[in-house]
Amino acid sequence: MKKTLMGASLAVLAMATTSQAQDVLRIATEGAYPPFNNVTADGELVGFDVDIAKALCAAMERECEIVAQDWDGIIPGLVNNKYDAIVASMSITQERLEAINFTAPYYSNYLSVLGKEGSDLTLEGLGDVAIGAQRSTVGSQWAEDEYGSRADVRLYDTNPAAVSDLEAGRIEAIVMDFLPAAEVLNTTSGLGYIEAKIDINDQIGIGIRKGDDELTDAFNAALETIRADGTYEAISVAYFGTDIY
Amino acid sequence: MYQDLKFAASDGVCAGLSPVSGALFKKFCPRFIDGFAVTIELLVLSSILGFLLAVSLVLGRMSGRAVLSWPANVLVYCFRGTPLLVQLWIVYFGIGSFGADGLGALWVFFKNPWAVGLLVLVLNTSAYVSEILRGGLVNLDKGQMEAAQSVGMSWLTAMRRIMLPQAIRIAWPAYGNELVLLMKGSALISTITVLDLMGQTRTVFARNFDLNTYLYAAVFYLILAGIITVFVSVVQRNFSKSRLS
Repeated sequence: MKKTLMGASLAVLAMATTSQAQDVLRIATEGAYPPFNNVTADGELVGFDVDIAKALCAAMERECEIVAQDWDGIIPGLVNNKYDAIVASMSITQERLEAINFTAPYYSNYLSVLGKEGSDLTLEGLGDVAIGAQRSTVGSQWAEDEYGSRADVRLYDTNPAAVSDLEAGRIEAIVMDFLPAAEVLNTTSGLGYIEAKIDINDQIGIGIRKGDDELTDAFNAALETIRADGTYEAISVAYFGTDIY
Repeated sequence: MYQDLKFAASDGVCAGLSPVSGALFKKFCPRFIDGFAVTIELLVLSSILGFLLAVSLVLGRMSGRAVLSWPANVLVYCFRGTPLLVQLWIVYFGIGSFGADGLGALWVFFKNPWAVGLLVLVLNTSAYVSEILRGGLVNLDKGQMEAAQSVGMSWLTAMRRIMLPQAIRIAWPAYGNELVLLMKGSALISTITVLDLMGQTRTVFARNFDLNTYLYAAVFYLILAGIITVFVSVVQRNFSKSRLS
């Protein structure tokens, strides 16, 4: 029974993969993760990831189309051939490597824990209070691994939703990536660090469908090109004032 | 305490299922069962409370007094006329953004995503059920009400003893349908961080990217739909029996 169902779903997948535009490279990003990727008021995708993706396309001399895709459907969308690559600050994890491939990392990530300004919570105390994280992120997995799968970890579809619940006081802390956390502190008042930087040995890569090794190689070569010619550094400095590679 | 009891129960169920479960299900079984329990809990509470509210609403709407019928009509119109997702987000994120300062004592309630989810499900289903009951009532012969009142019953007593019992019988199959719709709608509360069956399923999927995760969720929802169907038809049969005697 299980095999039949799997067979049927594979057949559907196979049908979906038959037509693929070769010339335009389709790249997905989330669009709700400032300053890495975000949608402006007029619907334009902007951010570090978007600029890096454009620079990589220029280095590969390929025409690219960048689309926004909700975070928890972003890997299935790649697997089902809705686009060819994910440039969305995605951490390279064992669990994801079973579903997709990654290019070489294009920056390193750390985790931050945010709370209300003046909160006296410590990392040890987080297991006893309500904390938030975005579903399907390294932050949520870290919280689950650290505090147990039945700790009060609230999972949000986007980081801004979690921030609004922290501000409202529904949760006492948020676990999130460190650069977006710094951005949250810049743009929101009344919040502060509980822990500024947790090193979980996290590398950010570009997600590519399994078997698409040619594209992985092309992205890796392009990454080396924009590292060598200073394009990467210029983009990074423009966003963060420093080279985050 | 109650929470611990639920966790212990689902661990027990998983231990029992473990000889017959596949690797994926075995690994995440407690999450599925925890979520299933939350969904059942919300469904039982929201259908009972929703039914009681629906009866009050339909009495208000049929009362012929504007001061009662207007508010009831507006409530039913609003909750039938907007998507459940919109209602959830307005109440959870919208009203919730006032926080403890704006909401005072009500914050205890609005702070809790489970309670907000239950409130919205109750309001939503009561709107539909009151419409179903109204449909049953207007199909009854008006003479019955006149006859009941002519033997000295008040309007409310006549409603309670003569009209509503018949209307419920007429409306029962449609009500069974609404119960199934309520079950399916309840999956949306995973977007306000409640770890119901859908919320747990999405969390499990985020850790393995195996689409079979959703098949397991579908099986659980089908089991629930089966229970509802059996319940509805058993009650239906009892209606027919008591009608014969």
